[in-house]
Formats: sequence, C-alpha cells, structure tokens
Amino acid sequence: MLYRESGQFKTSYAADQQLFPILQDRVAVLALLAFALVGVPLVATDYWFTAILMPFLVFSLATLGLNILTGYAGQLSLGTAAFMAVGAVAAYNFQLRVPGIPILVSFVLGGLSAAAVGVLFGLPSLRIKGFYLAVATLAAQFFIPWLLVKVSWFSNYSSSGVITAQPMVIAGFAFDTPVRKYLLVLVIVAVMALAAKNMVRSRVGRAWMAVRDMDVAASVIGIRIMQTKLIAFAVSSFYCGVAGALYAFAYLGSVEPDGFNLDLSFRILFMVIIGGVGSILGSFLGAAFITLLPILLEVILTDVTAMTGISLPPGFISMAQLVVFGALIIFFLIVEPHGLARLWQIGKEKLRLWPFPH
Amino acid sequence: MQPWKRTLIGLVAGLAAAASTVPASAQQAGTQFIGITGYRVGPYGANGAAFFGGFTDYLAMINERDGGVNGVKLSWEECETEYNNAKGVECYERLKTKSATGPTAIHPMSTGITYAILDKAVTDKIPLITLGYGRTDATDGRVFPWVFPILSNYWDAATGIVKFIGEKEGGAANLKGKKIVLLYHDSAYGKEPHPVLEAEAKKLGFDLKMIPVPHPGNEQQSQWLQIRQYQPNWVILWGWGVMSATALQTAQKVGFPRDKMVGNWWAGSEIDTVAAGPAATGYYAASLNLAGKGFPVVKDIEDKVYAKGKGGDAKLIGTVLWNRGVGAAMITVEAVRKAQEKYGKKPVSGEQVRWGIENLKLDAGRMKALGFNTMLPPLEVSCQDHGGSGQVRFQQWTGTEWKSASDWMKGDSALVRKMIEESAAKYAAEKGIKPGCAS
Repeated sequence: MLYRESGQFKTSYAADQQLFPILQDRVAVLALLAFALVGVPLVATDYWFTAILMPFLVFSLATLGLNILTGYAGQLSLGTAAFMAVGAVAAYNFQLRVPGIPILVSFVLGGLSAAAVGVLFGLPSLRIKGFYLAVATLAAQFFIPWLLVKVSWFSNYSSSGVITAQPMVIAGFAFDTPVRKYLLVLVIVAVMALAAKNMVRSRVGRAWMAVRDMDVAASVIGIRIMQTKLIAFAVSSFYCGVAGALYAFAYLGSVEPDGFNLDLSFRILFMVIIGGVGSILGSFLGAAFITLLPILLEVILTDVTAMTGISLPPGFISMAQLVVFGALIIFFLIVEPHGLARLWQIGKEKLRLWPFPH
Repeated sequence: MQPWKRTLIGLVAGLAAAASTVPASAQQAGTQFIGITGYRVGPYGANGAAFFGGFTDYLAMINERDGGVNGVKLSWEECETEYNNAKGVECYERLKTKSATGPTAIHPMSTGITYAILDKAVTDKIPLITLGYGRTDATDGRVFPWVFPILSNYWDAATGIVKFIGEKEGGAANLKGKKIVLLYHDSAYGKEPHPVLEAEAKKLGFDLKMIPVPHPGNEQQSQWLQIRQYQPNWVILWGWGVMSATALQTAQKVGFPRDKMVGNWWAGSEIDTVAAGPAATGYYAASLNLAGKGFPVVKDIEDKVYAKGKGGDAKLIGTVLWNRGVGAAMITVEAVRKAQEKYGKKPVSGEQVRWGIENLKLDAGRMKALGFNTMLPPLEVSCQDHGGSGQVRFQQWTGTEWKSASDWMKGDSALVRKMIEESAAKYAAEKGIKPGCAS
C-alpha cells in the first residue's frame, strides 16, 4: 500500500538510471542517513558509539571491500585482514613521517598502499581460480603480519610491533570524543558505500560480474581479464585498507599486527556470506549480524540470569551464546542461502503486494 | 505468514524488548563493583579459567570471611572476551557503565586487549593492572599514570633468567663464552626480550642465538636440529600455548637435557608441563608467584568458599595460574583498602583506586598477614616505578608439581630501568605527553 511505485513516471534517462529509482527507497535511505547523522548522536551513549556502532561501521567497510572482490568479481580471498593491516600501518607511518600531512590524506594513502599490495597478491588470480586462489591469498595473510613484526621500522621501532595511532585532527578540529569519531567514520563509510554502489553499476562493475559469471565468455565479448581482475583487487584492497586505518585510528587507537590475523579474515568472509554475496546492502547486514548479534545474545543471557537469580557456572553464558549464535547462522543459511540481503529483497517484493498478496 | 515465521518474529521481538527494558546497572548500590574482562572459552580458555577462577574465588572469600573491605561488600561481573581484542573493547565499555564508581581496576590478561584499551583507560580514568604482560615501558608511571605492570615485566624476566643461569653456572663471570639459545614464539610477544638479551650478551660476554618458532609451534624439528648443531649450554624458552609443550617433547627427542632449559612465566604453568608428559621433568621456569596449596589464603578460600559450594573448579586450586589470579585479586582489593584510607570507607572510584595502587606497599609482614607468605614477592609501588617489585622466582617441574628452585631474585634492574625510561620517553614524545607525577 505504502511501498508502491505506480504513478512514478520516468521522463528522462537520468531519472530511469538513478541509484534508487523508487521514491520510497530514496526517502528511506535519506531518512536513515539523517537519523544516523543527527538522531543517533542525540540518543546514543558512549558505550553504543565505541563498542557497537564503531566496529559495525568499520567492519561494514571491510566487508564491502571483500564483497567487491568476492561477490562482484568472483575472486575468493582470505587476505582481508592483511590488507587492513597494510592500510593501518601505512596511514600511521604517513602521519608519523610526513610532517603536517592531513589525516584524511593519510587514510587515502593508506588505502592506496593496501591497493598496491592487493594488486601484487592478486597477480596469481590470473592463473588460478576458486579455492586455489583462496590458498594463494592466504600467503598474504601470513606474510604481511609477519613482515610488520619482523621489520620494526614499520612500527617506529616499538619493541612489540604495536602502533599507536595519532590523534585525528582535521582543519584544527579534533575528532577525539566517541561522537566525533563516530561521525567521521560514518561520513567516510557513507561516501565510500555510495561510490561502491555506483561503481558496481558502471562499466567496471559490469565487467567484474561478467568475469565472475564466466571468464571465458567475458574475454570473448572483449573484456580484458587481467585488467578487470587487478582492478577488482586494487579497489577491494583500497576499501580494506581504509577500513584498517579507521580500525586503528578511530576504533582501537593502538593495534598490534597479530590483531589482523586469519581469524579476522574469516570473520569478514562470513559477514559477506551471511549478508549476501554480491550486494552492497548485504555487506552492512552481514557486518551487523556477525558483530552485533553475539553482543545482544550475551546481554540478554546475562540479564535473564541476573533477573531470575539462577547461578550458572562461570563461562556458561559465553558457551551458550556461541551455541545459539552457531545455530542462528545455520538457520539463516538454510532459510536463505543467498544471505540476509536476499531476505530483504523478498520482503520488499512482498511489501509491494501488501496487503493483498496473490 | 507461516506459523513458524510468526513464532520466530515474536521471539526476536520479545528478546529485543527484554534487552532494552532491563536496567543497565544490575549492581547493588553501596558495593565496590569490580569489572572483569575474562576469558574461559576460546583458544586460551584453559589459562583464563584458572586465572579468573582464582580471581573471583578470592573476591568471594573476602566477602564471606571479612564481609567485604572495611564493611564495603564487593560485587563483580565477568564479561567474556574470548581473548579477542574487539570483544575486549566491548566488554570494557560495557563494564565501565555498570556502576557509579566504575569497574575499580581492569586486568585485561591479554597484551592485545591491553593495547586496545590503553588510550581509553586514560580518558575514562580507569586503572589497568597488567600482571607480567602488556607494555613493558608502562613501568614508568610518569608517562603512563593509569597502567600498572605490577610485579614484573618481560625485561625483568629476561634478565632474571640470565642471572639464574649465571648462578647455576657458578657466578655471572662464568657466563663468558657460554652459548645460550632463545627459542621464541615468532610474534610481538616473542620479540619482547630481544633488546634486553642482546644487551646482556654484550655485557656478560655469552653467545646468544635467537631461533623463532612460527605460530602455533607444534612442529619444531628444524629448530631443534639447529640447536643440536649449535650445542648451547642453555635454552631459554619464550613459549606460549602448545609451543612450550612441543619444545619440551622435541628436546627430549633430540636428547637435550631439560634441566638446562628455562622458560618464562607464560611457558611455566601446569598446562604446559602436564601436556609434555615425562619430557617436562627437570624443566625450570620463571614465575611471578609460587604454585601449591600450602598458603593460609588458599586454605581460607577452600574453607569459606568451596566448602559452601560457591567456588569454581576445585581441580584448579593451587595451580600456577589460579594462584596468580588470587594474587591479582588481592592486589586489587588491597588497592581499594589503601584508597579507603584516604577517601573514606565507601565505594571508591577509578581515580581513587589509582592513587591506592600507586601508594600500595605490601612488605613481607603484610603478605604474611594476608595469608600469602612467600607466594608473592614484597611489593612497593610508586609513581616512578609502577612495577613495584621486578622480582622473579624460579620453579622446577618434578613430574607432578612445581617446586621452588630459588629465592625471589632481581635481574639486572639498572639495565632494565634505563631501557624502560628510554622507551617511555619516546612514547611520550610521540604522543605529546608531558611526563610527571600527580600529587
């Protein structure tokens, strides 16, 4: 009833090709952005900013990066965390060694460094595919954190390889409180998500999808496989690199190379799979599911036990939380193997017919 | 809509409602709330279960035996971090808001989580106590007012081990020309002792060879082949997790005597030696605390807590890590007691607890009065020295238990102090901190 596009006529190509062709979608997205920019800072507490919203946004960006590579270009990668590490360490070093460099430029340069490394480790993708490529990107995952610990120049000779992010100041304005950090990260993530949404509809994005669906056919119709795959690696690693820089500068403050381990790469891959392979929205849904649901479950279980006064052995809640979380993952994958984004799409289609379904 | 979907949606909505309506602070007012960022599941769950088991058992015992600290009852909540940095931050933020006085002091028990909350703790005014891990240079309290690497740090351990080896060789002078191998976990943790051991090698004239073991370290044939070719007099084992047990077993295979191997304290718990089986017999390890049940405080915990069925896993009592947890809880409780001396007998805030830790003085007499006897070294914290002791003690594995093999001893504290101050000054310059002591 409410969500119906009848009566919305397109009179120009521009109107037909816009990002959100349905008026209700446009309104909803703008309302959501306005709420995130204005509403959330008014109501949320520091706990929400630092423990929930910040990791959600940072992981959304990393998931978006991996989704471009895996979901759109079809190249399976297990090196996400390593590319994040490159972004974080590069941004830190640009801040440290180039006097007076603006922080946003450092983030961009961090992303570009990650992109360069990503292209390097993407070279094997020209020869190997699928699971074998995943194993090749695993090399990045083991090599890069090792190198960052081994060469202590990267961490400015810290004895344990830990980097401590510099304060974020843009044009004299310090982003030092949780609210300010949140707003900065939100703006960066929103701009990059918009760019990604546009990119996947462009010639490059369509080339990625052609390569993903069948690379032989793609090359027959004139798509350069090498260029397309390497662009996918570069763009994906750029996103991961910026996410890594934000992870260090806005979220944690101090990071150790060991924090960017295989575990993190897997988590981000799971976010892509749960959220929806080849979907921008799915990246956000997947990140929300994997980072927020365990916290929600634990808070609920803790409160329920506190209210009912049952005394449980220590560690029981955490175990129970893992069991429930695992069960939910399996449940969602059975109900909708194409991820949460697909569920959302089905929901939207149903909404169009509501309240009179066939 | 199918019925199961309706049920599911109802369930999710119900859970969300439950989560939002429950008050954030379920703590009783008027108690000293202690927030615990612990881990009992995940890859290091076994270590965490022992440490945090001892920690909460001691707190429970204080409530049962003394009715709290000067009449102020203790309350606590444990949040599971799974040894994961992101979850550690979430736990820290959650515990921070649970009580008007904050979480008292946080024991992260993970170097990664320590680093992740280091900056936040300064702004939130919450002291961090890092017992034998974390940032070594935080010992300089003029640069790190909120971090307390109480007891000893990695550099104290490394120089202490060198001194212990020197004693076994009949004096430090005899170390000249000896060969020592550092077999280390190839990570930030394993690299910590490098600078200080290199300095010691130069100073005392022994040959040092450093051999990395890649994580997780369950395959060490090639490393031990190198060690056999090099024929060292001693091997220092800087291990973590499965690596320590594998090193002991491989040493037995290649015929290297285990009583010429010294581990640091993260390679010296029952979890490591029991896993290695008979191969571990004779192995030495540095320790922050003694193991065993022969201390009055352990008996008090058994009588007041376990006898009433309130304790955790009774099998853990008296193990190295469990005793360390008891010691860590005692330091927290004593800091609260000290803060109460100055600020009154009511729940004290993070800022007040910080003052309490910085002025904490536990001499041998006080340790005895607390029932700890020689389990921990005497402790005197000051603004200059946030470690407070710098002493380590060596234990030897007899095949069934850890037995004390030395008295409390200090490594090369002058060398360590100099390196700490250099490193802290560099950090201060990088972050724009003006070092100084709060009044």
